Amino acid sequence: MTRLSHLELLEAESIHIIREVASEFQRPVMLYSIGKDSSCLLRLAQKAFHPGPIPFPLLHVDTGYKFREMIEFRDWYTRQIGARLIVHTNREALDRGAQPFVLGTQRCCGLLKTQALLDALREGGFDAAIGGARRDEERSRAKERIYSFRDVHGQWDPKNQRPELWNLYNGRIGPGESIRVFPLSNWTELDVWRYIHSESIPIVPLYFAKERPMLVRGETLVSPEQPFIPRFEGEKPKMVRCRMRSLGCSPCTGAIRSDADTVPKIIEELIVARRSERENRVIDHDQDGSMEIKKREGYF
Amino acid sequence: MAAATEWINESAFEQYLAQELEKELLRLLTCGSVDDGKSTLIGRLLYDSRNVFEDQIHAAAKATRNRPAGELDLSLLTDGLRAEREQGITIDVAYRYFATARRKFIIADTPGHEQYTRNMATGASTADLAVLLIDARLGVLPQSRRHACICSLVGIPQYVVAINKMDLAGYDSGVFEKIRAEFSAVLASIGIRDAFFLPMSALTGDNVVTRSRNMPWFEGLSLLEYLETVEIHGKRADTGFRMPVQRVARPDDSFRGYAGTVASGSLREGDMVTALPSGLESRVKRITTFDGDLQEAFAPMAITVELADQVDISRGDLLFSGPGQPPETAARFEARLIWMDSRPLDTGKRYLLKHTARTVPARIAIRNRINLETLGEERADEFAMNAIGLAEIIPAQPLFVDPYQLNRTTGSFILIDPETNSTSAAGMIQAVFSGDSGAGPVRAAERVARWGHRGAVVRTSSKAAALALERALFDRGCAVAVVESEVSADALAGAGMLAILPVSGTRGEDISEIVSGLERNGVLSGRDLYSRGEGI
Repeated sequence: MTRLSHLELLEAESIHIIREVASEFQRPVMLYSIGKDSSCLLRLAQKAFHPGPIPFPLLHVDTGYKFREMIEFRDWYTRQIGARLIVHTNREALDRGAQPFVLGTQRCCGLLKTQALLDALREGGFDAAIGGARRDEERSRAKERIYSFRDVHGQWDPKNQRPELWNLYNGRIGPGESIRVFPLSNWTELDVWRYIHSESIPIVPLYFAKERPMLVRGETLVSPEQPFIPRFEGEKPKMVRCRMRSLGCSPCTGAIRSDADTVPKIIEELIVARRSERENRVIDHDQDGSMEIKKREGYF
Repeated sequence: MAAATEWINESAFEQYLAQELEKELLRLLTCGSVDDGKSTLIGRLLYDSRNVFEDQIHAAAKATRNRPAGELDLSLLTDGLRAEREQGITIDVAYRYFATARRKFIIADTPGHEQYTRNMATGASTADLAVLLIDARLGVLPQSRRHACICSLVGIPQYVVAINKMDLAGYDSGVFEKIRAEFSAVLASIGIRDAFFLPMSALTGDNVVTRSRNMPWFEGLSLLEYLETVEIHGKRADTGFRMPVQRVARPDDSFRGYAGTVASGSLREGDMVTALPSGLESRVKRITTFDGDLQEAFAPMAITVELADQVDISRGDLLFSGPGQPPETAARFEARLIWMDSRPLDTGKRYLLKHTARTVPARIAIRNRINLETLGEERADEFAMNAIGLAEIIPAQPLFVDPYQLNRTTGSFILIDPETNSTSAAGMIQAVFSGDSGAGPVRAAERVARWGHRGAVVRTSSKAAALALERALFDRGCAVAVVESEVSADALAGAGMLAILPVSGTRGEDISEIVSGLERNGVLSGRDLYSRGEGI
């Protein structure tokens, strides 16, 4: 008998989890953020239910500030694979002028991402939300279960998690409670890229290096896509060969200088990388230099 | 952020990627008492095998206290259990990932405190190998026994015992040998007879990634060398093909498939399979996946099976085929329980039992409890948090099971408290009772439950060697006999006994080698914990 490679093992584990969710919950939904992890997750969902369609909808929480290319890719790709897509935006907050340079990154995320997600889950009556988070992403994630229980307020209690043995997941919940499910828990960033490579999974072109107009601020490259990005006097975008290591909202996602314009080159870049994924991921406009700009803009 | 230019050419890189895709995965568990140096060990493994990023090193360097200038507190790389302790959340398993040129590793880093036994079991349930840490200055502690006992119960097949802090014990081989002798005996008493012992210092790096220059008297591999080369036979089941049906896929009238994860064995197109509970047989028409049809599928692949006949099958049913004994239909069975709920077991209550893809109400009766200090069994009326013991389980509907010792998937279950929805216990099936206790033919699981081993034929070079081996196995409580012919050997092995057959011309052998070989391939594994022979 043959043995499965580590990627095949991870794939099988993830498919098992996704099938289990679809079978045990009344109204599951898959969170789709358009990024590489979501692309990977979506392929696994296709595999789990082949030759049938994916039996649950995808939910994209659109802050309104995502890169244009992300939205184009989302609409093209979900149509191409025949997935059902729900887009939810916190219109009310946007209409009141929510943006990171007014509210600060944390509060902006709180309204446009967290609040929007909780509203969307409640409105949809979803009892399970499948997400693409990985345990290697961040410290607190290292402890998260594959089935992560949320109380009626959508909160996680790390001190009181359900034991999780073998592949026997406990999806029992009371009214208003829900489970977040993380089928990619045991994948690393490199695993995701290797899988995208070996499966030829389409991803947003922003991941590939290209000459792009960018506001260059020291090590940080900021996309000028949103008109409200404050500029220093006389500051103009410059063409920089760069790419995104992770995708989010354009005002808060830093690009990195790179020549990696194919998936193998991205993998190569990651292998020699000296810095982890989470660094450089989000430009936190609450701190240091960004505060200076905010103050110039009349922020207190 | 450095741009990469290291690779000579694209085809070399493609080749590298292809190799990467073939890498094996080893899931391991680390356990030890508080302050045994577990965090430092994991930090050292990650650091010396270059699996840590610059910004993480920088953050750890900034947080390092009470160390000579320039020295890094490696324990901080792995989350800083210290910081966790301050926040009071050092209570859970954390998973870490790293890779070397040869393998990929998932480490379940489990808490040392004894009140978190349940979280240790969480990490242990999926592990192929356990690394047990012992502080060279303190020797074997009650906690060391407790951890080894849980690992053995959960059926972890392989063990490393790392005797740590050798730098503080003068790198003395006497210290190492003394602890090895003492802990070997402890392990043997709970059925672990094959562990790799090594002297180590996580702090200085001796024998973690590179071999120690301070301990030339130790000629074995370093920890990482061992982890990279040890043969992985975790979770290997000894039953035939088993696949619990997770869902029925019926996208249109032309297709009806049964989706699930292969729990054990393999399945080929054209094979006959039986479905339980219906007992109906059918031929495998197709094994379908997104990537095309398969000629053969094996554990743990996630597949969809199409059968030639219309058979009534739904979620929670079990598909199986030979070779070997069929799964048992269990209306009543005996299982080891690890109680994990702060609310003690209520024998008057019906719990929800989740076994493969089937959840049914069940009643529980306590048989006994293991005393984790003496490792003996004792009478008990209560299972409180972290208790481990034997219980009788009566599910509201029969389940299709194998003993845990033979199959980790069809032999395991969890209990859920229907009032709180919490996961109350993990269960490992030991023996099944038929409807009328004692009636009907003796089944394989009953034999395993009684003797604690499976049937096998062992060949020796001479009659003398056969008799010596018989003595060794007999003293362990095995059902063993020396026989003269292949026919009788097969008959005994078929009935679950160990048959020893002297064959002239076979090379000479070492009796203890044969015994540890039987342990390695699972024939004798964990027999002391499993042998009971009561009530069947």
